[in-house]
Amino acid sequence: MEEVDVEPPVTNIPAAAAGKHLGFAWGPGDILVYETLYKASGAKGSGSPFIHEVRKDEDIYSPILRKLFNESHHIFVGLQTIREDLPSKNKKPQFVSISKNYRSVIRACMEELQQVAVSTQDAEVATQYGDQVSILLAIELIWNLCEVLFIDAAPAGSLLLHLLDWVRLHKADVDEKARDVLQSESPAEHESYWDVVLGYVLQGRLEEARQMLVKQASLHPAARNMFKLMDTLLSKMPFYNPSGTQTLTEFDVKWRHWHEEVDRCLQDNSFASNQHLEAICKILVGDEDTLLEHKDLLSTWYHFLVTRLLFCHPTVKPTELHYYAQSCLTMFLDSRSAPEPLDSILLAAFEFDIHQVIKDCSIALNNWWFVAHLTDLLDHCKLLQSHNLHFGSNLREFLLLEYASGLFTHHSLWQLAVDYFDHCPEFGRVYLELQIERVPLDTERKALKVLRICEQRQMSEQVRSICKIMAMRALRNNRLGSALSWSIRAKDAAFATLISERFLQDYCAKGTFSDLDLIDNLGPAMLLSDRLTFLGKYREFHKLYGEKRFREAAKLLLSLMTAKIAPRSFWMTLLTDALPLLEQKEVIFSADQTHELMFCLEELTSSLNTAPPGTDKPMQEEDIEVTKVELLRLALARNLAMAIVKEGTVEA
Amino acid sequence: IMDNINAKYVSQKISKTRWRPVSHSSLQHPEIFSTGSWDNEDNKISFWSISSNGGSGMDDGFEGDPQLLCEHRHDGDVLDLQFLDQDRVVTASSTGAVTVFRHHQNTQTISISQHWPRAHRYSCDNAPCTGVVCSSPEIVTVGEDGRIIIFRADQEGVIRVIENADSSTIHAVTYLRTTEILTVNSIGQLKLWDLRQQSNSPSQILSLSGDRVPLHCVDRHPNQQHIVATGGQDGMLCVWDVRQGNSPFSLMEAHSAEMWEVHFHPTNPDHLFTCSEDGSLLHWETSTQSDMPSFMQGGRNNSMISRSAMAPAGGNQSLISAWLNGDTSKGRLETTHMLPSQTLSVNSLDVLGQCLVCGTDGEAIFVNRHVPV
Repeated sequence: MEEVDVEPPVTNIPAAAAGKHLGFAWGPGDILVYETLYKASGAKGSGSPFIHEVRKDEDIYSPILRKLFNESHHIFVGLQTIREDLPSKNKKPQFVSISKNYRSVIRACMEELQQVAVSTQDAEVATQYGDQVSILLAIELIWNLCEVLFIDAAPAGSLLLHLLDWVRLHKADVDEKARDVLQSESPAEHESYWDVVLGYVLQGRLEEARQMLVKQASLHPAARNMFKLMDTLLSKMPFYNPSGTQTLTEFDVKWRHWHEEVDRCLQDNSFASNQHLEAICKILVGDEDTLLEHKDLLSTWYHFLVTRLLFCHPTVKPTELHYYAQSCLTMFLDSRSAPEPLDSILLAAFEFDIHQVIKDCSIALNNWWFVAHLTDLLDHCKLLQSHNLHFGSNLREFLLLEYASGLFTHHSLWQLAVDYFDHCPEFGRVYLELQIERVPLDTERKALKVLRICEQRQMSEQVRSICKIMAMRALRNNRLGSALSWSIRAKDAAFATLISERFLQDYCAKGTFSDLDLIDNLGPAMLLSDRLTFLGKYREFHKLYGEKRFREAAKLLLSLMTAKIAPRSFWMTLLTDALPLLEQKEVIFSADQTHELMFCLEELTSSLNTAPPGTDKPMQEEDIEVTKVELLRLALARNLAMAIVKEGTVEA
Repeated sequence: IMDNINAKYVSQKISKTRWRPVSHSSLQHPEIFSTGSWDNEDNKISFWSISSNGGSGMDDGFEGDPQLLCEHRHDGDVLDLQFLDQDRVVTASSTGAVTVFRHHQNTQTISISQHWPRAHRYSCDNAPCTGVVCSSPEIVTVGEDGRIIIFRADQEGVIRVIENADSSTIHAVTYLRTTEILTVNSIGQLKLWDLRQQSNSPSQILSLSGDRVPLHCVDRHPNQQHIVATGGQDGMLCVWDVRQGNSPFSLMEAHSAEMWEVHFHPTNPDHLFTCSEDGSLLHWETSTQSDMPSFMQGGRNNSMISRSAMAPAGGNQSLISAWLNGDTSKGRLETTHMLPSQTLSVNSLDVLGQCLVCGTDGEAIFVNRHVPV
């Protein structure tokens, strides 16, 4: 057996008493758990009558996160349409912009959750939303780092600038503090004043730091030169400009020059009289001890990392990152505290171990949304090619299938899942086929939507099954018209035959057709089954008869029997229908046609006679049959005579 | 055009969107609309406002999201939704119930003012009520059970039931005039019903010959009562003259999947709007005066002209609607996509004045306040 990565979490089933045995069944996104009776045979007793549903992905049920799922679905579909054959140079900006779109959706969601968490009265809800906010924060932090390192893949120089943006975006409390300070009566004397200045410096926001320092300088006219010197140092710090003409080497020379200047000031004790300025100077020179003294301002090891890179290794290469990241993590964390899952994930990202990032996120996070979308994006960037799983198809598809299966268990979000399955080339279709048949169909409108999904994907088996369900339901509710429509849509000949039989039975019982609007409007659909054809044609006969188009009616009636369209059981009815035509004053059936009718009658009566007499039919009914046949024979004979006379007359 | 569209995600699939009517005398813009949801565990009807309160920021074109005013639980999917008057809406439910809700605008609350459970039903099961149309106080509903039921908003009982009005599902209903209604069904038929007659059979049946393509929606031309537009499963837009023969006057290829709704613009019926399962919302424009130079006809929406084809029409009356006189060769009919690319169904739309609202299975509501009509 393979080793597990982490101890699996324990979920307690509250209603199940201790010591009971539980059974379970896997679902696509959840597990059903039930109490079993595990006793020696013969023992009596009843188990709990409850079935518990254990959900893996709770987030799907959050109303606010639903917006995330819907909006990101749209982005996902857009990403799949980016053409494969574009040169990768043209695709990169698109991928970066898609990554940013995903992140902005996360941010929007986070803000809304935050608002609700703050405004709600319910402490439990507030905690729940607060937790979701912190999860989304972590997700966005990881995503952003992956965007910088993997998708944008910034080279040395630009890399640090991107990392600075990353830290600034996720450590925004310095702005809040700055607002407090600036709004106070005397900002320079505010208790957080130096925190703000240092905060700015630590994030490389030197322009803002200088503006803050001006306020302090005016309070200390005696130390004017010292403040002036600091201002110069800060203003002269070189930043790499990726769009400029300067090469990285030129920048490095310039930066080293500046660094030496700062170092000289420190050696000269230029700021010795002001501990704050001295601290800033030490930070500028990249003094690790000073940086670590400001742990509370840095608050995280990765902020420490970026600050350290800024002031010690501004031209850090992507391949060197892992070394600094590891050492910063070790230096920043106390030996006592172990790294949190987030720390390991970020560290893995700095090590460019994409698969470790995805794996750790899958374990640490309670939803599939993040790993599925991130992996898909990284896969489009061709960053995951080499990796194959020993199960399923590949990592991207595996995660998308997990996510989509979860969506499919949701009563409403299932529609989103379809597009995800569509973009899983290996198993997506099988998943969709299995799931789509299980969507509960409460209304025809919903059935039509599900059918559209199946028809667009040529899933004929599922189309048939859905139509069958709908046809059966209509039949059960005695809606023959609807039932027939559904079986026509499914091209289900057997079922169409069954329903046609019901129509004919109804006709035999009542003497009139129900649902004429449907039967008259069958059109080419009539050809689906023989019995349906007969139903349509037979109704056509009645129409012709009603319109007094007797000759056409007679011809049609005869052809129904001679062409074997009418079932034998219905022939007597058809022959009886011929009676009034035979009784018309005018001759309708020709001599030949009458012969054929007679032949039909004989064929029918001879087959009837072979059955043992009086087995199940009551005497009276049999008498009626006999009388009918007698009447028919008489009418046929009379018509034959008249037809022969008439035909002879015309010829003569 | 698409810049004017605002999307708001609402965490429920929207089945219906309707503007609250504005009084004819005033030149007010619509401010409030109502939505219904479907396929949720708990469905809702909701009222939304698009007016920016306080008036600040109105001049610089700032237009915020629609704001939720109030909502109320709705038993079953909302399959149709219509305003009875300024304060009341009627819903058709998948449970077969028909409900009148009252929107109390001073307190922003909703109450049920009339409820007919299982109005549409089979002998031992519920039958979804698929469509409702009202002309206050009269309410007409249709359903999967093939019944047509007439209620009055102020009476508890049912006024009239037409049993077996259809052997198939009736998908939509509209008034032709006060005493005549028109229904469309799942085998491609339009049936006219004269409510003055006590007979339970339609006064006229129209259909697309032999095709049996289910029809999902119908709307009547606001000025010419004999002209109706329908949309069906194949996404085709049909315009019919109910006085002329029994087949459509013109057929236009519109969508690649079910057309869920079609609406003539209520005051400028040369404009028509359709939405579909294929995720698109189309604006159709036809111009009556053929002498007008073409640049003046379609100048406002020259972007994204989509497929449009019109079957040759045969009328030669002197005063016929532009819709019955279609001739695309002269560029008289233009269609414009009104939504950015979208994959999930647009289930419903409503247009009033220059404002359009639509709702999708992607759980978004789109509002456009500058429809070029």
